[in-house]
Amino acid sequence: MTEQLVFELSKPGRRCLELPACDVPKAELSSLLPPGMLRDEIKGMPEVSEIDVVRHFTRLSKLNHGVDNGFYPLGSCTMKYNPKVNEDAARLPGFARIHPYQPEELAQGALELMYKTQEFLAEIGGMDGISLQPAAGAHGEYTGMIIIRAYHESKGEQRTKVIVPDSAHGTNPATAALCGYQVVQVKSDARGGVDVEALRQAMSGDVAALMLTNPNTLGLFDENITEIADLVHGGGGLLYYDGANANAIMGIARPGDMGFDVVHFNLHKTFSTPHGGGGPGSGPVGVKGFLEPFLPKPVVGFKEGKYFLDYDRPQSIGKVRSFYGNFGVVVKAYAYMIALGGAGLKAVSEHAVLNANYLMHKLKKDYHLPYGRICKHEFVITSRNQKGKGVHTLDIAKRLLDFGYHPPTIYFPLIVEEAMMIEPTETESRETLDEFIATMERIAREVEQNPELVWEAPHNTPVGRPDEAAAARKPVLSYLFCE
Amino acid sequence: MTNPRDLKYTKEHEWARIEGNRVTVGITHYAQEALGDVVFVELPGVGDKIIEGEAFGTVESVKSVSDLYAPVSGEVVEVNDNVLDSPETVNTDPYGAAWMIVVEIADPTEVDKLLSAEQYEEFLAEQD
Repeated sequence: MTEQLVFELSKPGRRCLELPACDVPKAELSSLLPPGMLRDEIKGMPEVSEIDVVRHFTRLSKLNHGVDNGFYPLGSCTMKYNPKVNEDAARLPGFARIHPYQPEELAQGALELMYKTQEFLAEIGGMDGISLQPAAGAHGEYTGMIIIRAYHESKGEQRTKVIVPDSAHGTNPATAALCGYQVVQVKSDARGGVDVEALRQAMSGDVAALMLTNPNTLGLFDENITEIADLVHGGGGLLYYDGANANAIMGIARPGDMGFDVVHFNLHKTFSTPHGGGGPGSGPVGVKGFLEPFLPKPVVGFKEGKYFLDYDRPQSIGKVRSFYGNFGVVVKAYAYMIALGGAGLKAVSEHAVLNANYLMHKLKKDYHLPYGRICKHEFVITSRNQKGKGVHTLDIAKRLLDFGYHPPTIYFPLIVEEAMMIEPTETESRETLDEFIATMERIAREVEQNPELVWEAPHNTPVGRPDEAAAARKPVLSYLFCE
Repeated sequence: MTNPRDLKYTKEHEWARIEGNRVTVGITHYAQEALGDVVFVELPGVGDKIIEGEAFGTVESVKSVSDLYAPVSGEVVEVNDNVLDSPETVNTDPYGAAWMIVVEIADPTEVDKLLSAEQYEEFLAEQD
């Protein structure tokens, strides 16, 4: 059964609370505030009792899917388990109740945690300096690209182009465009990496940077990365590393060693802090030494036994976030890194890659695998084998809902037709993976024997197939009250 | 649906109707089918210059957002406002009501590089 809107539950006069009688003289609001600051009366506020509200939102919460209630193989999003001990750490009063204007000498613990997180991330990324300010991955990208722009400008160069491969996350070209650059797309080669020849053609003295995810959105490690880095550096450009897929390389390969100059990490992916409605995110940015002067200020420094906020950075691009970033998220990521240690973080990558290869190997019997080489933390299959029965990727994704799964990322990356991008993460057991494999095999058999069942899925959810086209063309974003 | 014989095509799935130095541009039946229900179209304005092989607009469907690639270089002289208001026409009438822009081309030889309907269909067959 579908849940009614809270407006539909409304009954005139029903309410949750009773205010005590007013014990000061009443005055008209209009006599106290200028007209520009007065709001019109809000019509149609729902009138409901407390238990109506509680039950309404409890029912809605049961319809949610999160990693705490099931497998969530959403490619590129790294929906790994978020250990609850992280939440415990973030709720310690010294972290949770601290005030951003508290004097440095009374905030040494928090500053130490930030400083050490900077050091950990620098070591993992092969970078020299870190800013914890960016509040999300795309915000990190923006910060990193502004740093690159500031660097070129400091040398008196006005570079106008940023190169992005056709397999990139959409945020990469969006970031470059937002930073005022013209986006130049280069094609992928037959093995799924950057086409080095196409890159050579695209390189010029106008190129400010190449933005690259490695492993890329196909889950494939670019084997030519050092050649690519030499090509871009040879033309005076810099290399930006999109850390969305760092869960595959952590403790094993470092962007800095591959030739990247700037990276961002998604603490909410790689370092197990909640995201996808839970969040917020955090997208720290790391840079090589020659770019350190441009980092957002303040960064946390350490001098004469004391941690401090270093504002004395004349070449800084300035602040990109109020105060110091999403501090609570940084605490959770720090707890995760401390709990696992270096060997543990490396094991994370190894298991993420092992799980993905296991799934890929099992699923390729029924589903088309466009790039067959060993994958990293994720892989892309398609519904090409099911096309003859008229079943598309969307139908398979909808059918997965009936079995309690969050479907994989679909129709991305754009270079693969009818893509399903699957990322199991390291936190799933062999049993969970085997159950998912069995479900995917079952759906493949259903497509053969009874495709209608798959076309009409989902059958077990409160809402079947919303009219996505109408929702996008004529969205209804607020409740329409009948007058 | 067959692709009209009197049009030229690109490997990026745009079609072009060439009438003297005026070229009308839209996307193909194959493209609209691959995109699924189109929900938003973004086009350049009259007077904008577009460059062959580069993006001149975007088309968004329930599945994804794709660039529109210019089949020729030139100046935009007409824009189809109807397709902006009713993007669903891209699905229902890709070769008719859903024309997108008219370009005045500077270099008439540029159109020689475009594919004929037969060549485009061969290209599609290779992709499958």
